Amino acid sequence: MSGEGVVEIRNLHVSIGDEAILNGIDLTMKKGEIHALMGRNGSGKSTLAKVLMGHPEYEVTEGSVTIDGEDILSLEPWERARLGVFLSFQYPQSVPGLQVGNFLRKSVAAIRGDNTPKAREFRKELKTCMDLLDVDKKFLGRYVNDGFSGGEKKRLEILQLMLLKPQLAVLDETDSGLDIDALRTVATGINSSVGNAACLIITHYQRILDHVNPDYVHVIVDGKIVASGGPELALKLEDKGYEWLGEERVAA
Amino acid sequence: MSDSEARDVVGEYEAGWHDPETSTVRFDAGLSEQVVRDISELKNEPEWMTDIRVKAFHHFMKQPMPSWGNLEILNNIDFEAITYFLRSGNKTENDWDDVPEDIKRTFDRLGIPDAEQKWLGGVTAQYESEAVYHSIREDLEAQGVIFLDMDSGLKEHEDLVKEYFCKVVPYQDNKFSALNTAVWSGGSFIYVPKGVKVEMPVQAYFRINAKNMGQFERTLIIADEGSSIHYVEGCTAPTYSTESLHSAVVELIAHKDAHIRYSTVQNWSNNVYNLVTKRAIAHKNATVEWVDGNIGSKLTMKYPAVILKGEGSHAEVISVAYAGQGQHQDAGAKVHHLARNTTSKILSKSISKDGGRGSYRGMVTVAKKAENCKVNVVCDALILDEDSQSDTYPTMEISNPTCRSEHEASVSKVSDEQLFYLMSRGHTEDESMALIVNGFFEPFTRELPMEYAVELNKLMALEMEGSIG
Repeated sequence: MSGEGVVEIRNLHVSIGDEAILNGIDLTMKKGEIHALMGRNGSGKSTLAKVLMGHPEYEVTEGSVTIDGEDILSLEPWERARLGVFLSFQYPQSVPGLQVGNFLRKSVAAIRGDNTPKAREFRKELKTCMDLLDVDKKFLGRYVNDGFSGGEKKRLEILQLMLLKPQLAVLDETDSGLDIDALRTVATGINSSVGNAACLIITHYQRILDHVNPDYVHVIVDGKIVASGGPELALKLEDKGYEWLGEERVAA
Repeated sequence: MSDSEARDVVGEYEAGWHDPETSTVRFDAGLSEQVVRDISELKNEPEWMTDIRVKAFHHFMKQPMPSWGNLEILNNIDFEAITYFLRSGNKTENDWDDVPEDIKRTFDRLGIPDAEQKWLGGVTAQYESEAVYHSIREDLEAQGVIFLDMDSGLKEHEDLVKEYFCKVVPYQDNKFSALNTAVWSGGSFIYVPKGVKVEMPVQAYFRINAKNMGQFERTLIIADEGSSIHYVEGCTAPTYSTESLHSAVVELIAHKDAHIRYSTVQNWSNNVYNLVTKRAIAHKNATVEWVDGNIGSKLTMKYPAVILKGEGSHAEVISVAYAGQGQHQDAGAKVHHLARNTTSKILSKSISKDGGRGSYRGMVTVAKKAENCKVNVVCDALILDEDSQSDTYPTMEISNPTCRSEHEASVSKVSDEQLFYLMSRGHTEDESMALIVNGFFEPFTRELPMEYAVELNKLMALEMEGSIG
């Protein structure tokens, strides 16, 4: 994808039913930047991920999300995907009977459109990515996420990230359920593809940030970003927990 | 409703066009002993065949309609409105150029001559009541393989036909096997000699073109000791507002160590009643596989059966059914284990959508003296919306305690999360649904020749268009 790759989230309010979950998120991300969004369970971070991708369950009540000035909130999920939005799912769905290789080829064709590589180039590209993620060739013949271990599911998500080449990559708890080796491998994959994307890493813990270095760290509490800073903010959170943020807010 | 309105309702049925009727012989609608005798006389048949036909006709008249299945639809069949015999060409040609132009065009549109050149060992194409085209590769003929339309089979190999005809499926078996035996026309006759392995599939294609037509093909396949054959059939018809009836009988005989695979992709238009009896006998160490896809028709009732008569014989029945608006697919399988060390595997998958109904009806029996049998039955249903329905009627009668049997059944729905996941990868809602559906059918499609599998996937994608509203 060409373009400036500027993603702007402005005053985003989201509810599900009568319950407000996001209460005015503001965030600007540029191509090549890695932003980490940290928060406790129920703080709204996964909601933000799903809303950016267009999950039908959530209602945007206020605010906007644009990529290079183009509004994406009115687009269907597949239209956003074709525009260059990618979500690495916290819980990827299984599709029994759909082979990984076939799925990847079809998705690349749907998203990269005219720039879809020819069969031979695609195989080459695929092999490079799979080697990097330490994924066996047999993987391609298996059914999408069907009977996959946690690590295999996350590898498949990152393999898609690498092949689909998005402008905005949202990684929702990609580190959860991974052992240290898998985490390292997955991080290599992420690092190899973030150069051309604005990347939003949603996480609970600091540990993935040891392998994927964020330019910015944001903390979300009750559906609002309450603190933003550099990598040192993540370390502070690791050290002191989320409690102090609440106190500071009260104090301010 | 007019035919064009019927086509509007049915929507995306690709094979729903019809050509002007150019029959050379057309019987008046309705059934009588005279009609049965006329068919036999027209075909110049031996007396024994005429006799069986007439007996079968009287059995059909006596026999009540089935008391099970979708009676609401079944009892709607108007046997008097059906045309029982319609001849379109003058003879069966073996060169497509000699086939009447408009009929040839139909088969061109269906891609049959093209497929023949690329990957088939032989082709027979039936239009209404009889085959209009037939051919077999010379190398197969040289090995003694007989592949003919059934009418020619009776003429040229009367002894073989007499030996096996009505032996696997007697006309008394059910009302529709009696009807078929009385008025049968067309179908395939195949004999594979001892030890001959036919590598390329042979194909039959059945097309109904006329309105209110009855097609009653009769197929007989004999695989002699140690031989093997793969037979594929496809079926389509135009979309009309009035009903047609397709009622076939298929008999397979797999001798010792023989292997028969019989694959069907049935895509009749939604105004066709499809009531078919398919049964095989497997002798010692023989294998019979039915690979059965039901996409079209208004009502299908079909339960391919295997009688495992010989020790060590094996049966496999893999079927899929797609039931859309106004359709009921009542399909399944039957296996009878009569000998020891026999094994069977049944896999049934059904999808229902837009108010369609998919039923699995299966029966497995294991005889008292059949030691060490293995039975495996899996039936899965996928329901795409609230209006649609799925039901299963599995029956197992196991009379020998050494039998190992497994039975699994599942009913699932497509989840919003699954759709969202696929949509997030650039696939529209319809495309996502088609990916899920094709995946569900994958254990079936991987058993088909590749060309057929691609065709089936395309067909399903078409069925999924506009499926989400």
